[in-house]
Amino acid sequence: MQYHTPPSFEEASRIAASASGTTRFLAGGTDVLVQLRSDLVTPDDLIDVKHIPGVKEITRQEDGGWRIGVAVAGAEMTEHPDLGRDWPGIVEGMDLIGSTQIQGRATLVGNLCNGSPAADGVPALVAAGASVTVTGPNGARDVAVADIPTGPGKTCLEKGEVISALNIPARGENGGDAYLRFIPRTEMDIAVVGCAVTLRVDGDTITEARVVLGAVAPTIRAVQACADALIGTTLDDAALEALDKAARAACEPIDDKRGTVEFRTDVAGVLARRAAKIAYARAKGEQS
Amino acid sequence: MSKIHVTTKVNGDEVEYLCEPRETLLDCLRDHLDLTGAKEGCGTGDCGACSVTMDGRLVCSCLVLGAEAQGKEIATIEGMAEDGALHPLQRKFIEHAALQCGICTPGILVAAKSLLEKNPDPTETEMRYWLAGNLCRCTGYDKIIRAVMDAAAEMREAS
Repeated sequence: MQYHTPPSFEEASRIAASASGTTRFLAGGTDVLVQLRSDLVTPDDLIDVKHIPGVKEITRQEDGGWRIGVAVAGAEMTEHPDLGRDWPGIVEGMDLIGSTQIQGRATLVGNLCNGSPAADGVPALVAAGASVTVTGPNGARDVAVADIPTGPGKTCLEKGEVISALNIPARGENGGDAYLRFIPRTEMDIAVVGCAVTLRVDGDTITEARVVLGAVAPTIRAVQACADALIGTTLDDAALEALDKAARAACEPIDDKRGTVEFRTDVAGVLARRAAKIAYARAKGEQS
Repeated sequence: MSKIHVTTKVNGDEVEYLCEPRETLLDCLRDHLDLTGAKEGCGTGDCGACSVTMDGRLVCSCLVLGAEAQGKEIATIEGMAEDGALHPLQRKFIEHAALQCGICTPGILVAAKSLLEKNPDPTETEMRYWLAGNLCRCTGYDKIIRAVMDAAAEMREAS
């Protein structure tokens, strides 16, 4: 195995594009090194992106949006004074992943590239309409976070392409988001169901909404019918019931020891209701 | 295969070693620097027995490559007692009998110290969540939590 520390994403991309064997990019390493150590994936070329300038920075953009470096660890997002005020759902999703030790290393972009449908960091990003900058042999392009995973463990990234930044849009006024997951224990587990909700209000009325479910289909799934159930309402009982029903209808989960199809489907509806209530309270400034 | 030359700081001392690209920081600490306090439990970041801090951040040294430690500051259990005097956390672990087999103990001490540096007055709930990534199969955790809370109280009084 060759260990590379390129000084730029262009160079990282060049190394990956010219590699003949298995390539992995290393940021936090909490998936890559586990796979390496358990002999699941032994890269011929391991490309550590942490020597590239800016990868550990969280930057507020001129338009109020955020740019998050690809090697920013979960703990650094949680400790940031302003990011969680704009996007508490994104920060709490990332914060749910692993232990304190894992939080010291794990990254949001790594969570995305791992391609798990149960990734806790990703639903709130999709709900927020976040995008990533992808640097490849033909230059850089922006891709919606929602389009990166294509199936369990799979992404749309081509040979030689590397994610070079994560871009989160400006929160804007009267908006709120939330992420909830269900696990059978209190800490350190993989989501049986996850649900992110982001919405905007005008007075008491919801004007914009996006609802994203995790762990109930081969990829994380944005559910338009759930958003439609919320928009134009004041999150009354009828809206919550319609949201619950739409969330359940969108589920195509696996059936395993951690949750049956029936259980996962039911929990998706429950989490959608609860996350919507939190996002609504945040949008109205009643909860942080 | 060529080895990588790494210069880093461990417990305040400048050290260097040669490692294979796939060797972890845990391997390097134990096999090249003879610092065997950090243990390998699972090797997959689940158990926390290999906990160290890197640039002040608590990490599993089994999930860090030895090569990644270049230019960093690492703190391990070996640096916890100062001039032969045990750290309050270490004393309280003995007083409360907060260990049996002892494999998890170095990791838990390093992790607990890292929380107390960040938050000298944690609630029991905060402490239990912070230590959720440090598994102990002997004690049932209660004695560990009591020892840490007691050490925290003593450290607050002393400061």
